[in-house]
Amino acid sequence: MDLRFTPEENAFRTEVRAFFRTEIPVAIRAKVSEGRKLAREDYITSQRILNAKGWAVPHWPHEHGGQDWSAVQRYIFFEELMQAAVPLPLQFNCFMVGPVIAAFGNDAQKARFLARAANLDDWWCQGFSEPGAGSDLASLTTRAVRDGDHYIVNGQKTWTTLGQYADWMFTLVRTDPAAKKQAGISFLLIDMKSPGVTVRPIITIDGRHEVNEVFLDGVRVPVENLVGKENKGWDYAKFLLANERSGIARIGMSKERIARIKALAKVTPAGAGTMWDDLDFRTRLAAVEIELKALEITQMRVVAAQAGRDATRPDPASSILKIKGSELQQATTELLAELAGPEALRAEADDVPFVWSDTVLATYFNMRKVSIYGGSNEVQRNVIAKSILGL
Amino acid sequence: MDFDLTGEQQLLNDTARRWASDAYPALEQVVAARALPLGFHEARWRELADLGLLALPFAEDDGGIGGGPVETMLVMEALGATLAPVPYLPFIIQGAAALRLAGSAQQRAAHIPAIAAGEMRIALAHHERQARWNLDDVATTAIRVGDGYRIDGTKGLVAAGDAATHVIVSARTSGERRDADGVTLFLVPTDAPGIRISARAAQDGSRLADITFADVVVAGSDVIGQIDGATPVLAQIADITIAALCAEAVGAMEALHGLTLEYLKTRSQFGVAIGSFQTLQHKAVDMFIALEQARSMTLFAAMMADSEDATERGLALSAVKVQVNRSARLVGQNAVQLHGGIGMTMEYIGAHHFRRLAAIEQTLGDTAHHLRRVAEAGGLVAAGLVDDE
Repeated sequence: MDLRFTPEENAFRTEVRAFFRTEIPVAIRAKVSEGRKLAREDYITSQRILNAKGWAVPHWPHEHGGQDWSAVQRYIFFEELMQAAVPLPLQFNCFMVGPVIAAFGNDAQKARFLARAANLDDWWCQGFSEPGAGSDLASLTTRAVRDGDHYIVNGQKTWTTLGQYADWMFTLVRTDPAAKKQAGISFLLIDMKSPGVTVRPIITIDGRHEVNEVFLDGVRVPVENLVGKENKGWDYAKFLLANERSGIARIGMSKERIARIKALAKVTPAGAGTMWDDLDFRTRLAAVEIELKALEITQMRVVAAQAGRDATRPDPASSILKIKGSELQQATTELLAELAGPEALRAEADDVPFVWSDTVLATYFNMRKVSIYGGSNEVQRNVIAKSILGL
Repeated sequence: MDFDLTGEQQLLNDTARRWASDAYPALEQVVAARALPLGFHEARWRELADLGLLALPFAEDDGGIGGGPVETMLVMEALGATLAPVPYLPFIIQGAAALRLAGSAQQRAAHIPAIAAGEMRIALAHHERQARWNLDDVATTAIRVGDGYRIDGTKGLVAAGDAATHVIVSARTSGERRDADGVTLFLVPTDAPGIRISARAAQDGSRLADITFADVVVAGSDVIGQIDGATPVLAQIADITIAALCAEAVGAMEALHGLTLEYLKTRSQFGVAIGSFQTLQHKAVDMFIALEQARSMTLFAAMMADSEDATERGLALSAVKVQVNRSARLVGQNAVQLHGGIGMTMEYIGAHHFRRLAAIEQTLGDTAHHLRRVAEAGGLVAAGLVDDE
């Protein structure tokens, strides 16, 4: 047992850290750190810089542009990326549809979609959730009926993150209504320009347009856009969700926010000194840091288990990452709002220079999502109770 | 980065786990051993010597096995999981640490083989009632007399102090009561004239002693380490002991969580196993998360416990103790709650784990103390803004 990183791993960390901090424009990274809205172009610029280096999709299979990195290297890469406040490569492209197409798509689909997804030439969004299918995703009712060389799709998707920018949507649709819940679902790729696709914004509690509802009215989808086998979509979705969960603790992001809170506390006036002189505040911050340190090691245990010989058996600790990671992300946004004090009431305005406290409540509001998405924390507890504790 | 045990560590783990569960398969054996005059069974102590476990943390050159913090962690987890009433922590980890870390070659050669054989049992007599968690606060004095010293004062909460053959006592050789400098360590046999030991059972069933030193004369050759320079050694001993305590707590939490799951699956009310109720399931999940977080921090403790950088090490061990204390409280309280009435009784082994976890929380710094230490040190993450780089 040796919990230290090897000299090679530390050299790798230095290399990626330097790259993020010199090559990704500081204006973009500052927006991420400050909780400001990123423009579509910001995501594209950042991801294309990474992709030019071969680093947008390092976790993909080598033949599709992935790097043959160890699990530890991948972990270091994404931790450093988050700590440098680099926008994550678009989740929907890089962690969701890409790995599914690479694993289950046919050669034509791989050739058509993978390189473009890595370079963000195509912007993908996720069409899973429906108004009546949230935690109980398998109860989805969007129908796809075969008509010659096409499926005719009717239904509604919701919580479609950044769907307003999307070129494509990967969906779960019901192709066999007679089959049992999970058995009649297929994984279908839909061109957002298709007639019958309507995207309508949902404004969330932070006042921003991040998610959408997507209406599908008689949308004709070529059969060639079916991934894998008809009625096997649930298996691919499970594969996708496992991919999604692996990085979900977002420890690097929480660390970055804590580093920022500390720097800001030292210049935020309070009484005769600054907020940094307030030991009560620092104690609350320290409590979060300690839990984060514990979670970081828990995550390293999961990574090491992936790297080891017995990669097929998931470490029970992995299910903790979602619950604890989301709680800690939320806790850091509360500390940031506490730091701002009454100034937290101000909102960003176009005609006024930005001040850091203008976004802290928006960030706090926005981050309530992290204990809801990706399988709510209550569903995660049900999963642990059943699959790990045997209750 | 590698979390796998080496072959030797795996063997050690298996040995310690097997010994502990064979020796203490149930509460009955634990209680019987605690009722003995010394508070433990000497034959069991000899078994640990025969297995080499008493030699574990000492350097091979000194007659030990050369185990490090990871090896200590494995043994302590095994002892914690079974509530094994053997004074491994007070004698082998905490008591002998000063000798191991600061003793001269001659002192180590004279005593470590006897410790490893189970014949010599050294306890650390450092804490004083007024000190609370302050390791520097020493009122006991050692006055130079000829070639030796004369020690006067009272030490408290000496774990297994009445079963010790020797103590390493801290005493002030210069300076004021709370000064960081001026404390010296002495090795003293417990049958020396002027030593009075009064022991009683503690809240967790272990034994704690108050030890009074009245005109106790020791030779200059019984000074351990630097004269006036014991404070850094005492801080290091505290950190090493915290790491071991936390491993014991992880063993106890693991056992307690297992007992609770078993109860949830077998206890029937309203015609069903109570483990079918979602409210109880989610409490059991939160216990599991707390246990795994504590396990992670105990690994961190094992990584940091022998660090030479005292500031970094102290900060790390404080962070570890905060997490383990919090986990211990959550796991302990929920275990009692989920067991209902039976969890409140001395007949039930889970209740004894709860008591031990509560005692660990109160030992060598509670949550508030260590949290404050971390906060005062500025925390674990360095400050920084993205556009300041």
